[in-house]
Amino acid sequence: MAIDLRTVAITPLRQTFGHLARRMGADKPASRYIEATMDLQPVENYHYRPTWEPQYEIFDTTRTKIAMKDWYALKDPRQYYYGAWTLARGKMQDIAEGDFDLVDEMGLAAAYPAAGKDEALKVFLPLRHVAWASNLNKAYVSSYGYGIAISQAACYASMDQLGVAQYVTRLGMAFNDIDALADAKTAWLEGAEWQEMRRYVEDLMVEKDWFEVLVAQDFALEGLLYPLIYERFNEKLNAAYSPVFSMLTRFQREWFGETTKWMDSVLKVAAAESPENKAQLAEWIKHWRERAIKAIKPVAVLAFGADADAIMDELVQNLNARAAKAGIAL
Amino acid sequence: MDMKIAKKLGLKERYALMTRDLAWDTTYQKMEDVFPQTSYEGIKIHDWDKWEDPFRLTMDAYWKYQSEKERKLYAILDGFNQNNGHLSVTDARYINVLKLFLGSTPPLELMAARGFSMMGRQMNGAGPRVACQMQAVDEYRHFQTQIHSISNYNKYYNGMDEFAHQQSRMWYLSDGKSFFDDAITAGPFEFMVAIGFAFEYVLTNILFVPFISGAAYNGDMAAMTVGFSAQSDEARHMTLGLECIKFMLEQDPDNLPIVQRWIDKWTWRGTRKLASVGMMMDYMLPKRIMSFKEAWEMYVEENGGSLFKDLARYGITIPKCFGQTIEEKEHVTHQSWIGFYMKPEATPFHTWIPSPDEMDWLSEKYPNTFDQYYRPVLEYLDQQEKAGNRYNNKTQPMNCQVCVSTMKFNEPGDPMEMCFRESTYKGEKFHTCSDHCKEIFDNEPEKYVQTFISSHQGLQGNCEPDGADVNAADFKPGQNMLDYWKLDKRALGDFNGSEDQANFAKWREQATKN
Repeated sequence: MAIDLRTVAITPLRQTFGHLARRMGADKPASRYIEATMDLQPVENYHYRPTWEPQYEIFDTTRTKIAMKDWYALKDPRQYYYGAWTLARGKMQDIAEGDFDLVDEMGLAAAYPAAGKDEALKVFLPLRHVAWASNLNKAYVSSYGYGIAISQAACYASMDQLGVAQYVTRLGMAFNDIDALADAKTAWLEGAEWQEMRRYVEDLMVEKDWFEVLVAQDFALEGLLYPLIYERFNEKLNAAYSPVFSMLTRFQREWFGETTKWMDSVLKVAAAESPENKAQLAEWIKHWRERAIKAIKPVAVLAFGADADAIMDELVQNLNARAAKAGIAL
Repeated sequence: MDMKIAKKLGLKERYALMTRDLAWDTTYQKMEDVFPQTSYEGIKIHDWDKWEDPFRLTMDAYWKYQSEKERKLYAILDGFNQNNGHLSVTDARYINVLKLFLGSTPPLELMAARGFSMMGRQMNGAGPRVACQMQAVDEYRHFQTQIHSISNYNKYYNGMDEFAHQQSRMWYLSDGKSFFDDAITAGPFEFMVAIGFAFEYVLTNILFVPFISGAAYNGDMAAMTVGFSAQSDEARHMTLGLECIKFMLEQDPDNLPIVQRWIDKWTWRGTRKLASVGMMMDYMLPKRIMSFKEAWEMYVEENGGSLFKDLARYGITIPKCFGQTIEEKEHVTHQSWIGFYMKPEATPFHTWIPSPDEMDWLSEKYPNTFDQYYRPVLEYLDQQEKAGNRYNNKTQPMNCQVCVSTMKFNEPGDPMEMCFRESTYKGEKFHTCSDHCKEIFDNEPEKYVQTFISSHQGLQGNCEPDGADVNAADFKPGQNMLDYWKLDKRALGDFNGSEDQANFAKWREQATKN
């Protein structure tokens, strides 16, 4: 039975801020996400042009070829404002911490078979640098993207990738101390398997269209890399050794599942805006997908040997299906 | 079994593995193309690895601490709102502090978020990049929690509902906007001195104290909790600003004159920006914490003074404007409040003449200036108001081309004389409010001729609401200003007789009596 508790009821003069009432079409209470996001970035009356790029305003819609009537249409389906995001990540880190502690207490990493360790570290550990590049490229999107809807989601994703780089580093240290990190860095800088991947993320570091960076980094590259590593390779290691690798990569798996919803929604809304957007997104996806396949293939071979081609084909099919679902025909 | 003893890592070493060891020098693209912004300001950096991390927080620890703080904060906000916490503030005049704060502060925190994101992308050292990214995401927290804490007040009181629309349009908000626009359009090192050092380190307390302690003193648990919860973030931001200054100075002796010029510039720009904050302390908080003068002495003269003593070993001298700020601390808040009182149709917050006991408090706190210069003005305005002749300045103000403040500050050494300065650039005259703003203008005229001054723009027909026809025969510039601002008439003018005053009294009665 609900008890009828009472508080002094005072009739408010209004339910929300003017810019939100106009946006929602009615004066009604707005969610905290809406309050924290909508129409907050300045759009007019800038005082000065950037000394670093005087061809643009401080915030400028022409920094990307994508055009939107309303940049706040690129909402985050997860409704992440800072508080919601940090609570979600706080929970995920709590679980991850428990996993790392358990592995440590039970000596599970030490007991992981040496062959498994070698295999895992070889394929997996250089990814700490990929995550670091992802952090940087997402920071670009959050810096120069238009509107708080996209800038905050990219900012949180950028910090997430710093977290991922650190979790990957911790796994490396758990498996083989800090020597493993140095070996992985050498592989990243010099190993033939990693050079196309490194070229890919470095090329993105000089790409100027922020939406293109988002598509190339988050959709094309991570859309292939995460399923390859955190699903397929993870399953392979689990079957061959023990679920320790799974435990120590849970954060990344959950992150990808969740962030994909945001990415797909952004693509879908942008594509639905105009035929021009749709064509531009298709062009970018096709271009960066081919490059991403080239970048990831050697890593897939490292992980799966002769099975790499078949697995990559499947992952590409899945990526194409995501694009199709977002309304983008490739 | 192959047992290996894990090497024990120190905190510093471990943090380095978690941040800068992740980085590498790019080879497929040139480093100067990846980080194109860090060379044109003239700052010379020889070794980014010499950067000392000002704090060492990995993301897992960050999420752990921050999520605990957010959980508590929102629980308190929910409770405060549910229980009509707005009726527990000292008196309804207090709510005008929130109006001023909402218009001026969250929009600037947002600019800080975007600006630090840019630093977190552009700094080519991995250490400073991570620290800047962390500050960027914190600044998202700050503008969002501030909006969330004031959102409930907006439901009951006038003048807060259009803050997002007004942020780029209101004349009196353009000083803060120009401050952040100036910083974000400068190069990355100047941004770090402007926001990371001058604003976050030298001046942040003077912003924090009136708002947060003011909230605590006046029964506003929502704003108070937001402030207290932000404190540990601010502590990190302060260490970042200071480390950045030291880093630049340690890297190359040629950096000193550049950094000194920025410190001079931004300490002054910040000081101008804070005049309206001081006005909150001296005039707007029903229950006062301390005077602006006392706060200035404690936080800027003493703390700032010892900071600059500490920086003297790098050759840094105390900011040029320091002497003038010390003289002005006894004047600016009075001049600002009187200035706002005189514009009753142009702000979304109310003004009032201090009560007799409040005037006595001001006399006591400002023995050198209040009775001599400002009490007579306020008493005269009061008489006129009571006689039905309330002062109403309907003319366009004259603004400083640099800080965009309205011209209202006095000539150094002469409180009875208003201060104006003039520069000529490409045959055109530009006006500034002080020697320090003039110097800033003269150093970079090509930047400051761009300043958006709403009194000029309005006269040119550039501040009109959608649908206004500036070519109509009977068009008069500025006639639609209230619509351009979306300024609710109920929010204007005197507190006495306002809807806020009446509603607060009625609701408090309803909440406390049968």
